[in-house]
Amino acid sequence: MKLAVSANGPGLDAQFNERFGRCSWFVFSDNETGEVASFPNPASNSSGGAGTQASQFIVGQGVHAVISGRIGPNAYRALKSAGIDMYCASGNLVSEVLGKYAAGLLEPISEPDGYGGGGGRRHRRGSGL
Amino acid sequence: MALREMDPKTKQLVILSGKGGTGKTCVAAALAHLASISEPPLKAVLADADVDAANLELISKPRRLDCQPFYGGQTAVIEPNLCSGCGLCSAVCRFDAISSNNGAFQVNPFACDGCAACFFQCPENAIKMQAQTAGEWFQSESQFGPLFHAELTPAQENSGKLVTLIKQQARLLAMDESRELVIVDGPPGIGCPVISAASGADYALIVTEPSRSGAADLSRVLKTTAHFGINALVCINKAGLFPPGEIEIETLCREQDIPIAGRIPFDPAVVEGMTQAVPVTVYAPQSPASVAIRAVWSRIRNILWGYS
Amino acid sequence: MIIAVASGKGGTGKTTIATSLARAVSPAQTVFLDCDVEAPNAHLFLEPALSLRQEVSLLIPQVDNKRCTACGKCAEVCQYHAIVLLAGETLVFPELCHGCGSCALNCPENAISEVPDAIGVLESGPTSCGIKFARGVLNVGEPMAVPVIRQLKNWLGAHNQPLTIRDVPPGTSCPVVESLLGADFTILVTEPTPFGLHDLKLAARLVKQLNQSAGVVINRDGIGDNRVEEFCREAGLPVMMRIRFDRRIAEALAQGKTLVETFPEFLPQFRELYSQILELVSGTRKVDSRAQIELNF
Repeated sequence: MKLAVSANGPGLDAQFNERFGRCSWFVFSDNETGEVASFPNPASNSSGGAGTQASQFIVGQGVHAVISGRIGPNAYRALKSAGIDMYCASGNLVSEVLGKYAAGLLEPISEPDGYGGGGGRRHRRGSGL
Repeated sequence: MALREMDPKTKQLVILSGKGGTGKTCVAAALAHLASISEPPLKAVLADADVDAANLELISKPRRLDCQPFYGGQTAVIEPNLCSGCGLCSAVCRFDAISSNNGAFQVNPFACDGCAACFFQCPENAIKMQAQTAGEWFQSESQFGPLFHAELTPAQENSGKLVTLIKQQARLLAMDESRELVIVDGPPGIGCPVISAASGADYALIVTEPSRSGAADLSRVLKTTAHFGINALVCINKAGLFPPGEIEIETLCREQDIPIAGRIPFDPAVVEGMTQAVPVTVYAPQSPASVAIRAVWSRIRNILWGYS
Repeated sequence: MIIAVASGKGGTGKTTIATSLARAVSPAQTVFLDCDVEAPNAHLFLEPALSLRQEVSLLIPQVDNKRCTACGKCAEVCQYHAIVLLAGETLVFPELCHGCGSCALNCPENAISEVPDAIGVLESGPTSCGIKFARGVLNVGEPMAVPVIRQLKNWLGAHNQPLTIRDVPPGTSCPVVESLLGADFTILVTEPTPFGLHDLKLAARLVKQLNQSAGVVINRDGIGDNRVEEFCREAGLPVMMRIRFDRRIAEALAQGKTLVETFPEFLPQFRELYSQILELVSGTRKVDSRAQIELNF
């Protein structure tokens, strides 16, 4: 089963980055075959829609679960609709965080964090003034 | 950039206003000054999040240490040699950005939204999408601590991305150097850049001025801070100009349980200090505004760290 | 003629100047557009009876799942990642959509239609002195002001009157540009302080990039220094009016009264301001040759 971890660099020794949409790298780890692959996050520099763009990328990689810290409402909706599980982690290294996942120590993410990133329109809250 | 929680002793204060021109930046700079001379000393990092009109550097005498480009969106560019004049681009453009000049079509970069609809429609492949340098951001050493600020190129979209970047840099430095306070000078309004500036703050100090629209403007900002779960404090600047407006603001604050951190009287020394490139508390420490801002600072310290 | 009243910095007195200009010149032949759709306040000064109202919407894609083949073309063309293909399903994120219509245009199956999504309102009505007043209001929570301003500019025969005055939002980003586009002349309102000067330079640069004629009004004259005047001289920007700082003016404005109502002695100055603009726009007055020099900041 393929897992994706939001990170600051490639590989298991990279630092874990808690932000899903704008992290600089994703580290993919298959916990059955042990295969590890890393890719730069295409959304890391987007002005807007980073969450949806990152989600699209992740889904395209055939991932089953995402390990991150803060997943915004757009990414949350996108990942959820694609049936991808989300887990909340904290830690220094990607390997550390994967270890916690394997030990069943990670909490699943059941609601998005705060608001989506800049550049887009916000969820409407009624008329102005 | 290691993942660490911000030291719980490190506090983030964002200064907002709703309407422009209420005195946010002057208050922010004065607070930064007071933090730097407080007993015991408080180390602060400053972030000027008003990237559209960044004025904090004008009264903090910064020395620029680093400058980085900031990339925003993109603009369509039509290659005149390849353009056949079919006009499909103009027909699909929803932003009134494409017009014809003697049969050749061209894009107005100020109106172009970067949607690339024209790019995908052009039968001659005569259009390319060009990345825009939307501005620059800087790290400086100011009189009151490290300062992160930026300049957005005129006509660029202020999406909040640049604001977020400035703020992140400030927070990271605060963590790395164990500085106790991050002061974010926020932008006016309630839109994207304000939301970006305010997110993660422990407290928002909302600087209002008493006027007919003062309470209405304040109400909109309070709705915004409430939505993000940011505690708010209000201070009334240019107090004395319009007493009924002050009463409205006080009533609103009472109804919503928002503390009023102080009232700063209208004081010419503020602008005089500005022309000398210093906050009023440096220029004229005993002037009415300085005295009032010291009281505001006291109140803020008490609220943020629980001591006066 | 369309006159835009702008400034780089907020709080310099745009609305003060714009509303007084409207009252002074020829109210019955004037359209006033409050383009500061995030924080409109001109209505407090002009007190229009707002009777007409229209919603401003963006056209957002709606995917017909029966026709959609999940080819992903829409996701490929969308520059805002507002429509994405995930596990065989096309999802729309209205909050990210800019309403450009590109996805619908490029769908090979014609599976995308567009539906309106409200982002704000337009309101209009006359003032007691006959000014045709209109404003746009952006819904709280919506960050895109530009579409509201664009629709406001084109609303209700805004072109049918001899004079249109646009109260422009502060700053120099997109909403300001939209408010300035199409104007014949821009009044840049500033204050003689370092903040005023810094932001005036940004606004002047923008106006020059847009190739528009501009002049400066110095509000609260006397509170700072003369660096703003020096800059205007070097840049070839005419200083067309100065309003001396007076606490009584500040108090009257705080109460929501237009300057010329409380102090009618300013009426001739505003009429003179308008005459100067007319001359500059029609080219009767020779523009200072120093204005030909690149504005260097």
